[in-house]
Amino acid sequence: MTSGRATPGTTLDAGDALFTMQLIRYFDERVVELYNQKLVRGSAHPYIGMEAIATGIISALGDQDLITSTHRGHGHCLARGLDPSRMLAEVLGRKSGYCRGKGGSMHITAMEHGMLGADGIVGGSHAIAVGAAYASRLQGRDTVVACFFGDGAANEGSFHEACNLASVLDAPVVFVCENNGWALSTRASSTMRIDDISTRAAGYGFPGVTVDGNDVHAVRAAADEAVARARSGAGPTLIEAKTHRMSAHSAFATGETSTTEELAAWAERDPIEALVRRSISTGELTDEAVAETRVRARAAIEAATEHAVNDEQPDPETAFEDVYASSHWTKEMRLA
Amino acid sequence: MSENMMRTISMSEALNEAMHEEMERDDRVFAIGEDIARNGGLFGVTKGLLPRFGAARVIDSPISEAAISGAGVGAALVGSRPVVELQHFDFVTLAMDQLVNHAAKWRYMSGGAVTVPLVVRGPIANGVGLAAQHSQSLESWFVHTPGLVVIMPSTPYDAKGLLKAAIRDDNPTLMLEKRLLYTRTGEVPTGDYVVPIGVADVKREGDDVTVVAISGGVPLALQVARKLEPEGIDVEVIDPRTLKPLDLDTIVTSIAKTGRLVVVSEGARAGGYASEVVARVIDAAWGSLRTAPIRVTAADTPIPYAGPLEREVLPQVHDVMTAVRNVMEKGRTQHVAV
Ligand SMILES: Cc1ncc(C[n+]2csc(CCOP(=O)(O)OP(=O)(O)O)c2C)c(N)n1
Ligand SMILES: [Mg+2]
Repeated sequence: MTSGRATPGTTLDAGDALFTMQLIRYFDERVVELYNQKLVRGSAHPYIGMEAIATGIISALGDQDLITSTHRGHGHCLARGLDPSRMLAEVLGRKSGYCRGKGGSMHITAMEHGMLGADGIVGGSHAIAVGAAYASRLQGRDTVVACFFGDGAANEGSFHEACNLASVLDAPVVFVCENNGWALSTRASSTMRIDDISTRAAGYGFPGVTVDGNDVHAVRAAADEAVARARSGAGPTLIEAKTHRMSAHSAFATGETSTTEELAAWAERDPIEALVRRSISTGELTDEAVAETRVRARAAIEAATEHAVNDEQPDPETAFEDVYASSHWTKEMRLA
Repeated sequence: MSENMMRTISMSEALNEAMHEEMERDDRVFAIGEDIARNGGLFGVTKGLLPRFGAARVIDSPISEAAISGAGVGAALVGSRPVVELQHFDFVTLAMDQLVNHAAKWRYMSGGAVTVPLVVRGPIANGVGLAAQHSQSLESWFVHTPGLVVIMPSTPYDAKGLLKAAIRDDNPTLMLEKRLLYTRTGEVPTGDYVVPIGVADVKREGDDVTVVAISGGVPLALQVARKLEPEGIDVEVIDPRTLKPLDLDTIVTSIAKTGRLVVVSEGARAGGYASEVVARVIDAAWGSLRTAPIRVTAADTPIPYAGPLEREVLPQVHDVMTAVRNVMEKGRTQHVAV
């Protein structure tokens, strides 16, 4: 099993969760290394330190459910079970990448995994999540959509419009605000006058909760409740998962923003180590199992790297494909 | 330091100087945008403004492009001169209503009762692998919106002089800056100067072909001009600098001499600015044209991520070269798609 997905209704499997979180950590560490070797173009935004959120939320979803993601999306993809080899191929702009090299780090999309697409536009996917959730229901499916976004995105107008729309439509959406304290170089506290973003839900008439985003069990518990509510037709929930961006904003914008004290304090709360400590103390995992899980995650990343760096560059002609879907309603049955 | 001493500085430094000087000169000027104050802007255009002018006039905004652009309109209506930074110009899509339905039209709809001295500026990050949502040249949308002034500088000198003019001008002005030009250097004098809005610059004189090039197209055109010199092809390169209003006279005068036109623009082809230049030239100087004009533009696709794909769809030196050779060699009816 390549993801921490558990069957809904069951409790979080510590081994699966650890594997997913470790996979995300190693993946993004590798992406930064490859960026520094100039193999990644543009930018890439590490999910390092935030692994418990994607893992906890997505473990509460079923196969029929959907997610939307952000510029910082690798963690969501891996937790949803995407193949790290094809993800890394995309990040390197190679032929076998999920988007055939057209999207890169910020746009990984995999409908077969219920991954509607990462989004380089901050706040770009709130409304998309609402529409996907509502229409899925309209089509008779009991799909729930988890919509991931940052603290910064909660200041876009689209967030507020989408919350209100989801509320009046009773859309089965779980809004997941990953409050990592920063939007690029700007502190969340300097662009909003509230402590908890979850309080915004009240303005739209649905529940908002704040959880420890570094505690995968706490995230999972909140997700279970929100998913059940959405699935029952009672409408959206806003989960604010408080965490910290343990890396620079991106591989391109490397400037350190947090203070050393902050980083040290949050390092103490590393979500992966927190899970390991807890699992060992409860007896869910042994030291050997932890070590073996890490070796497996490492091996998956090595294999992904091997695949991606050796994969071919896309054929330049493919740049002209995919602009339009084939059309049966045009003169030549296609659009240029 | 004596006035008008020449130095070599980058385009982002030149823009930064314009911001400092205009904020110093006129306390109605203020700056707002994402990561512009504490961080000095992603590309340094607002560096040092916060310590010098204070947080009331140098504002790190929430990620709220619609609100900061709309606030810019409101501030301009009551006599401030706001400069709004879009972190990437693609995010103008979130501010479209405020710019197109409000900034551009408030004066006209009011029968001239108000002015909107607003500047909205930011980078176009094509050519660096940031993919489809961070690489768009959307200038033609705004050229198509009466009431807006549209500027795209290609040199540090022009960037500084035009930003100063835009800040002083009473019209809503958009300035689109190619990110890869930020680090290119050029001569800029110390001391105050403005580059007038609506005046093209002949970047290189030549007798055989007129190449009208915009923004990132200008260095491409100059490179091609140098490469073709040994072959005896003499290329004139004109940078309109201001897209709206366009200095058609300078272009028509050049075509009267060369009879041949190539237009280089990094926007998509269909409905793009290159088409506008060609149409204007045909209207004004059909009789001077010896061959059909050729447009060198981005392809009609979103901008892809991978290097080989992005290079395929964005204009390259060899595309401009081919176009110039074609207008030199081919007859009036030849059309070359790039
Ligand atoms: C509409 C829009 N505005 C600005 C940006 C530039 N930008 C990219 S990421 C980012 C910060 C986002 O902060 P947050 O939503 O908290 O997510 P985080 O990066 O912390 O995960 C900004 C300003 C963008 N991509 N889209
Ligand atoms: Mg954030």
